[in-house]
Amino acid sequence: MKVRIKFSKYSVMKYIGHLDIMRYFQKSMRRAGVDIAYSGGYSPHQIMSFAAPLGVGVESYGEYFDAEINSGHSNDIKNSLNEVMVKGIDILSVKLLPDNAQNAMASIAAALYYVSYKDDCNIKDYISEDDIVSLLKKESIFITKQTKKQEMEFDIRPHIYDIEIKDGFISLLVDASSAGNLKPLVVIRQLYENKNLEFNENQFKVIRIDMFTRIDEKLISLGDLGDEF
Amino acid sequence: MLLKDLNKENETKLALSDDILMNVEKCARYIGNEINSVVKNKNDIEIRFAMCFPDVYEIGMSHIGIQILYDMFNKYDDVWCERVYSPWTDLDLIMRERNIPLFALESQDPIKDFDFLGITIQYEMCYTNILQILDLAQIPLLAADRGDDMPIVIGGGPCAYNPEPICDFFDVFYIGEGEAVYRDFLDIYKECKANGESRREFLIKIAALGCFYVPSLYDVEYNDDNTIKSFKPNTAGVPEVVTKAIVKDMKNCDYPVKPVVPFIKCTQDRAVLEIQRGCIRGCRFCQAGELYRPVRERDVEDMKKKGLEILKNTGHEEISLSSLSSSDYSHLEELVDYLIDECSKNFINISLPSLRIDNYALDAFGKVQDVKKSSLTFAPEAGTQRMRNVINKGLTEEDILNGSRMAFERGWNKVKLYFMLGLPGETREDIEGIGVLCDKIAREFFDTVPKEERKNGPVQITASTSFFIPKPFTAFQWAPMNKRDEFLEKAYITRTSIISQLNQKRIKYNWHEADVSELEGVFARGDRRLNKVILNAYHKGCIYDAWGDMFDMDKWLCAFKEENVDMDFYTIRERSLDEILPWDFLDCGVNKEWLKKEWLNAKEGKVTPNCKVQCNGCGAAKYKTGICTGDGK
Repeated sequence: MKVRIKFSKYSVMKYIGHLDIMRYFQKSMRRAGVDIAYSGGYSPHQIMSFAAPLGVGVESYGEYFDAEINSGHSNDIKNSLNEVMVKGIDILSVKLLPDNAQNAMASIAAALYYVSYKDDCNIKDYISEDDIVSLLKKESIFITKQTKKQEMEFDIRPHIYDIEIKDGFISLLVDASSAGNLKPLVVIRQLYENKNLEFNENQFKVIRIDMFTRIDEKLISLGDLGDEF
Repeated sequence: MLLKDLNKENETKLALSDDILMNVEKCARYIGNEINSVVKNKNDIEIRFAMCFPDVYEIGMSHIGIQILYDMFNKYDDVWCERVYSPWTDLDLIMRERNIPLFALESQDPIKDFDFLGITIQYEMCYTNILQILDLAQIPLLAADRGDDMPIVIGGGPCAYNPEPICDFFDVFYIGEGEAVYRDFLDIYKECKANGESRREFLIKIAALGCFYVPSLYDVEYNDDNTIKSFKPNTAGVPEVVTKAIVKDMKNCDYPVKPVVPFIKCTQDRAVLEIQRGCIRGCRFCQAGELYRPVRERDVEDMKKKGLEILKNTGHEEISLSSLSSSDYSHLEELVDYLIDECSKNFINISLPSLRIDNYALDAFGKVQDVKKSSLTFAPEAGTQRMRNVINKGLTEEDILNGSRMAFERGWNKVKLYFMLGLPGETREDIEGIGVLCDKIAREFFDTVPKEERKNGPVQITASTSFFIPKPFTAFQWAPMNKRDEFLEKAYITRTSIISQLNQKRIKYNWHEADVSELEGVFARGDRRLNKVILNAYHKGCIYDAWGDMFDMDKWLCAFKEENVDMDFYTIRERSLDEILPWDFLDCGVNKEWLKKEWLNAKEGKVTPNCKVQCNGCGAAKYKTGICTGDGK
C-alpha cells in the first residue's frame, strides 16, 4: 500500500540536512515498528521517497514522503511514529494513496513560504502592499543565474504565483517543481532591490508552510490527497 | 496559522546563534537533541557530569565507552551526564573570537559550571585536543591553576595507564573500568561537598580508594641521565601503587540498550554489542590485551536479548560485535547464528568482527556479506614464523593458507593482511617474509580456483604495514623503537620484496606515515617532562594531531627543541630491566616480573600458550574472575 506521510520540521531540527533526515526516518520506521516494504536485490532498502529537499536552516510545516507499507492503519502508524520522534519533528498525517498516484517528488507544483525577519524587525516597515502589486504587474523579471558553465538570464515571473503581505511576514506561493523551482528569498530580493533597499539574506527567516500539486489547473495540498485508512 | 504562535512554541535554547550555526560545517554536531539523548531537569539532580571524547563529534559518537558511561551515570537519579566533543576548527575560531564557552550538547550549558569533566583518552594523538577542550571551556589548562569552583577534570581510558605526559592537566585519573567504582566516587564527592571540604581534601579521600591517581599527590625525582630516580606520594594516606578497578561480575554487568543515535553519519553508524572484555592470547605487542585482563565474557542470553533491544530502541540497520578476539568467545557461534536469524527477518546487516578463519567463520561471513565485494582479513603482524613466535602471535602460515584456500573455494578473492614493521629482533628476512607470504597466498588462489571459476577476477591481496610502537604494560615496554629513517627503509624493503614476487601484480602495498608514529612513541612511554612540550605545541596551534592533514611535525619538533626535551630518549633506547618506568606505580593486573619473563621469552622466540590452554601466572588471577581461577599465583 502506498502511503503519504506529512511531517513538520522545526526548532533545532532545521539544522539537520535532507540526507540525514531521510536516514533518520529510515531508523524511525524501525523504532516505530512500521511494516514498511523493502526492495529486492542484494542490498534491500526501505521503499521510501521524499517529496522535496528542504534546505538547512529552513523550518517547515508541510513536508512529505511516500512509503510502501505492507500493513497498518493511519492512526496507529501516526501514533507509533510520533512516539519515537525527537523534539522538532511531528508526524502530521498518514494517508493511503491510490495505487496509481504519482509519486511525491514528481507531483510537486508549488510551495507556500512565509518570510520574516529573524529579529524583531517587521517586514511591513520595508515592503508595502503597493510594492507587491507592482512586482506582480510585471510581465517578466529577469535575474542572472550562475550555472556551471556560464551566467544565464532567467525570467522568474512565471514562477511566482502569489505574494501577500501580512502582519510581520510575507506569504509567497511559488513554483516548486523540479524544472522551475524558485527559492523564496530570490523573490524577496527583487522586492527590496526594486526599492533600492539593501538586501541581506542572512537577516531573514524562511518557513515552508505546505507543498502543492496541480490537478485540473487547481493547486491542491499534497496532504489533501489520499484518505485516512 | 499565525507566525508568532509558530515562533513562540518552537524555540529551543542553543548555545550557538543561528548566524554561527549556518556558517560552520556540519552544524548538527553542536545541537544535541539526538534519539536517546538524556535531558534532565538540572534542579532535580545534584551532580552534573560532562563526558568528553577529545575529537570531533563523528569520531566521539562512534566510541562505545562513552555510551556505556553515559548510560551508567544517567541511571543514577542524582546525576545528569551530558556529552561534549571537540569543536571543529571553524567553530573553534569563532568561539575564541566571540568568547563563547564550550558547552555540553544536551543542556547547551557551559561545562565550566559542571561538577566534573571526564575525558576519555583513547590514543596519544588527541593530547592537544584535550587542551583545546579545557581552553574553550575556559578552564585553566594546568590543574594547579584551577580554583575549587572549576569542574574536577578526570581522565580515563587506555592512555590513563601512562598518564604522566599529561598529568599536569588533570586533577585525577581513574585507572580501570568505569562501571566498577564511580558510584563510591560520587558518594564521597557529595559527602565532601556537604561538609564543605576542599577540593584537595576530596582528592586525598578518593586517592585512598586505591584506583584513582591524583598527580598532585605524587612527586618525581630524576637521575642525571633523566631516568626516574623515585616516584612517591607526598601526602599521607595516598597509596604508593594505584591498582586498576575492574568489573568482577561481567555476566551481570549492565549494558546500554538505548545508545544515543547521531543524526549525521559517524565513523561507526551501527548498534554495537560488547561480548567480552580482555583477551587470552597474550600477543606481546598488544597493550589492550594486558590492560583488560583477565578475559571476562558477557552472558550470551543477555547479549541476545540486549542486541534486539538495542536495534528496537535505535532503529539501526546494522549491528556489530565488539571484543579483542571474538573467535575466543565461547558462545560465539550461538550468538552469531541467533543474530543472523533475527536480523535477516528484519533486513538488518551484521558486521562480523575479525574472526579466525575456519569453516564456521566462512559460513557466517557468507551469510552476512557479499562474498564478491568483501575481503578476508588476517593479521599475521610479522612475515615469518620466527618473528610471529617472538611477538607470540599464534597465527601460523598453515592457518593462513588453509583459511585462504577455504575462502577461495567459496568465492572470495580479496584478502587483506596487516603487518607491523620495527618489531624487536626483526631481521631483513622477516621483512621480506611479508612479500613471500603474500605471494604464497596468491599461489594458493591460482592452485585452488581454476580459470573458468574465477568469476570475480583473479585474487587481490592488500598488505598494510604500520610501525611498531612499544607500549607500557607489555613485554615490549623495554624495547627500542625504530627511528624514522629505519621505518622508511623497512617500508622500502617490504615494497621491494613484494614487487619481486612472482604474483606481484596481485599484491597491493599500503604503508603509514612515520612522523606521527614517532610522536606516538614518545607519548606512549613518556614522563612528566612532556607536559610542557604538549602545552608549547598547543600554543603553537597544534590540534587534531590524529588527522593526517592537520598534523604538523615541524611545530612539534620546534616545541621539543624549545623545551629542551629529547624525543629519542623516550623511543630508541633499549631500557634496562631495573629502570623505574613512569607507569610502574600503576598496577594493571599484570605484574612486572611476568612481563620481564615474557620479554626474555620473546628474545628466545619462545611461545607462551594462551590462558585457555594454561595459566602462565601473569598476576591477573588476583581478581579471581573471568578465565582465572585459583589464588593468583
